[in-house]
Amino acid sequence: MEKSRPDIPNLACGAIFIVFGILFAWQSLQHDLGIALKMGPGYFPLVVSGILIVLGAVIAAQSFRDEGEPIGEFAWRGMIFILASPIFFALTVRGLGFVASIFFTALFASFASYRMTWLRALILAVAVTAFTTVVFVLGLGLPFRLTGPWLGQ
Amino acid sequence: MELFDNLALGFATASTLTNLGFCLIGVLLGTLIGVLPGIGATATIAMLLPLTYKIADPVTSLIMLAGIYYGAQYGGSTTAILVNMPGESSSAVTAIDGYQMAKKGRAGPALAIAAIGSFFAGTVATMIVAVLAIPLIAYALKFSTSETFALMVLGLIFAVALASGSVIKALAMVVLGVLLGLVGSDTISGDVRFAFDIPELYEGFNFVAVAVGLFGVAEILRNLENERSRDAKIAEIGELYPSKDDWRQMAGPTVRGTLLGSLLGVLPGGGAILASFASYTLEKRVSRNPKEFGQGAVAGVAGPESANNAAAQTSFIPLLTLGIPANPVMALMIGAMIIKGVIPGPNVATENQSLFWGLIASMWIGNLMLVILNLPLVGLWVKLLTVPYYILFPIIMSFCAIGVYSVNSNVYDLYTVAGFGLLGYILMKLRCEPAPLLLGFVLGDQLEENLRQSMIKAFGDPWAMISRPITATVLLLALLVLVATLLPAVRKKREEVFVEEE
Repeated sequence: MEKSRPDIPNLACGAIFIVFGILFAWQSLQHDLGIALKMGPGYFPLVVSGILIVLGAVIAAQSFRDEGEPIGEFAWRGMIFILASPIFFALTVRGLGFVASIFFTALFASFASYRMTWLRALILAVAVTAFTTVVFVLGLGLPFRLTGPWLGQ
Repeated sequence: MELFDNLALGFATASTLTNLGFCLIGVLLGTLIGVLPGIGATATIAMLLPLTYKIADPVTSLIMLAGIYYGAQYGGSTTAILVNMPGESSSAVTAIDGYQMAKKGRAGPALAIAAIGSFFAGTVATMIVAVLAIPLIAYALKFSTSETFALMVLGLIFAVALASGSVIKALAMVVLGVLLGLVGSDTISGDVRFAFDIPELYEGFNFVAVAVGLFGVAEILRNLENERSRDAKIAEIGELYPSKDDWRQMAGPTVRGTLLGSLLGVLPGGGAILASFASYTLEKRVSRNPKEFGQGAVAGVAGPESANNAAAQTSFIPLLTLGIPANPVMALMIGAMIIKGVIPGPNVATENQSLFWGLIASMWIGNLMLVILNLPLVGLWVKLLTVPYYILFPIIMSFCAIGVYSVNSNVYDLYTVAGFGLLGYILMKLRCEPAPLLLGFVLGDQLEENLRQSMIKAFGDPWAMISRPITATVLLLALLVLVATLLPAVRKKREEVFVEEE
C-alpha cells in the first residue's frame, strides 16, 4: 500500500545505517584493497559496508510502505546528565583526583531524574564518594590518586 | 573414567576457599543488580565485569563472573515475578504466569518453583556439558579457518533470527557490529583502520566500555523516560514453600523444559531466549487445561525457567568448544577471557584444563548457591525493589565510570561508554535490539581473519572454500535460517511469539 508520508523513525533508522556504511566504506578505501586471494585491509570492510548501505536503503524504502509504531518520548534530561557523567569523570579524574571527581560525577548523574532534589542529590553523592573511596580505592586498591594537581597538590 | 577425573579436577579447582568466596560474592552482586527493575542479565554483567579484572587468577575471575551470571539471571526472574518488570526477553515469559501467581498471593511458591526448577535444570545441563565437551572439542579441533568462519556466520544469523522485531534491522545491527569490531589495527597487515588518528583507538574500542554503554547506559536512559508515570507495585511474598500440589504440577514441565533448553542452548545465537518461549508454548500445548496459562499456571513458571537455565548452561558449549558466543552474555564471557589472556576455543580444554573444568564445576556451584542463598534472602531482595530508581542509577553510573576506567586507566574508554550509550539508546528507540550488534562486534575481527586465511588457503577461489563439506553444510544452514526468517508465514508466527511477551 502506497502512502504519502514516510514513517519517520524507520526512515531515520535506515539513514543512520547508510551513514555508518558510507563512513566505513570511505575509510576502507584509504587502505589497500588487495584481491580476493590476498585480501588487503580494505577489502572485507568495504564489502561489509556495502551490505550495510544496502540494508539501510531497504529499511529506508520500507518506511514509505509500512506504518511503524510510535517511538514515544525521549529521555532528554536523562541523556544530558547520564551521558555527560562518564565524560566528566574522564576529564577530571586525573586533575581533581578521585574523591572530588567521583563526588561531582555522582552529583551530576543524580539530576538526570525529575524526582531528584538538591538535598537528596548531595546526600547521595557524599554516600557514593565515601563508599567508593573506601571500597574501591582503599579496599580493592584500584589505581586512583585521591587528590589531584588541580587542587594544589 | 576420564569424565569423573575431569569433574573431580573441576570441583577441586572451583571449591578452593578463594574461588568459592568469589563465586559467592558474584552471586550476591549479580542478584543485587539483576533484581533492579528493568536491568537485565546482560546489563548487570556488563556493569559488574570490571570488578573481576582486579583478580589476578583468570580461573577465579571467570568463576566470579559465572556467579554474577547466575545471580543476575535469578535476580531478573525475581523482578519479573514480583513486579512484572522483566529485565530482558528471557524472563519476560516468566513474568506472564509468575506475576499472576504473585497477584494471587503465591509469590513465594512462584519464586521457589523458579529457583528449584532452575537448579534441577542447571544440574542436568552441567552434566550434559561435561559429557559432550570432550567429544565436541575433538571434533572442533579438526576445523579449519573456513569452518570457523561458517560457524560464526551461522551464529550471527541465529542471533538475527532470534532477535525480536524487524529481521532487516537485526541484520543491519549485526553488520554494523562487525564493522565496529574492525576498528583498530588489522591483525594481518598491521594497518590501523577507522581510528581517525586517535592513538587510544589503535587497539579498537574497549569491549567492556561498549557493553556498558550499549546495555547499561542505554537501559538506564530508557528507564528514565517514563519515570513520572511509573510506580512499581510489589506483590506480597506470603508462604514461601510450594505445596504438594505445586510439586506435582512442576515435575513434568521442569523435566521437559530442561531437555528442551539443553538442546536449544547449544545453538549459537541466543538459545536461552528461544528456550523459554518454546517451553512456554510446549507446556500450553500439552497442558490439560491450557486456559490456566496467563492466569498463574505453575507449569508456566517451572517450564520456561528450567528451559532458560538449562540453555544458559549449555550455551557454554559453543563458547568453550568453538569460541563462538551463543548470546550477549557469552560474548561478555569471551571478552573477559581475552582480557585475561585466555583465547576461547577448543584449545582451552587441552591447554588450560583446570580453567575449563573449574568453570564447568562452578556453574553447578553457582546454581547451588542460588538455591540455598536466595530463597532465604528473598525478603532482602524485595526490600531492594522498594528503593526508588532515582537513588539507584546515580550509584550505578558512578560504579560504571570507576569500573570502566580502572580496566586500563584510559579516558577514551569513558568516552566510548557515553558514545555507545547514546548510539544504543537511539537505536533502541528506533526498535533495533542491541544484542546482535554486540555479537557482531565481538566476532568482527575473527570473522575477517578467518575469511582472509581461508581464501589464501583456497587460492582465492571462493568455490573451493565454500565446497568443503562442513563449511558448505553450515553455510547452507545459515542461508536456510535466514530465508526462513524472511518468509512471510514464519515471520507472522515469529511476530506472534514475540508479541506474547508484551
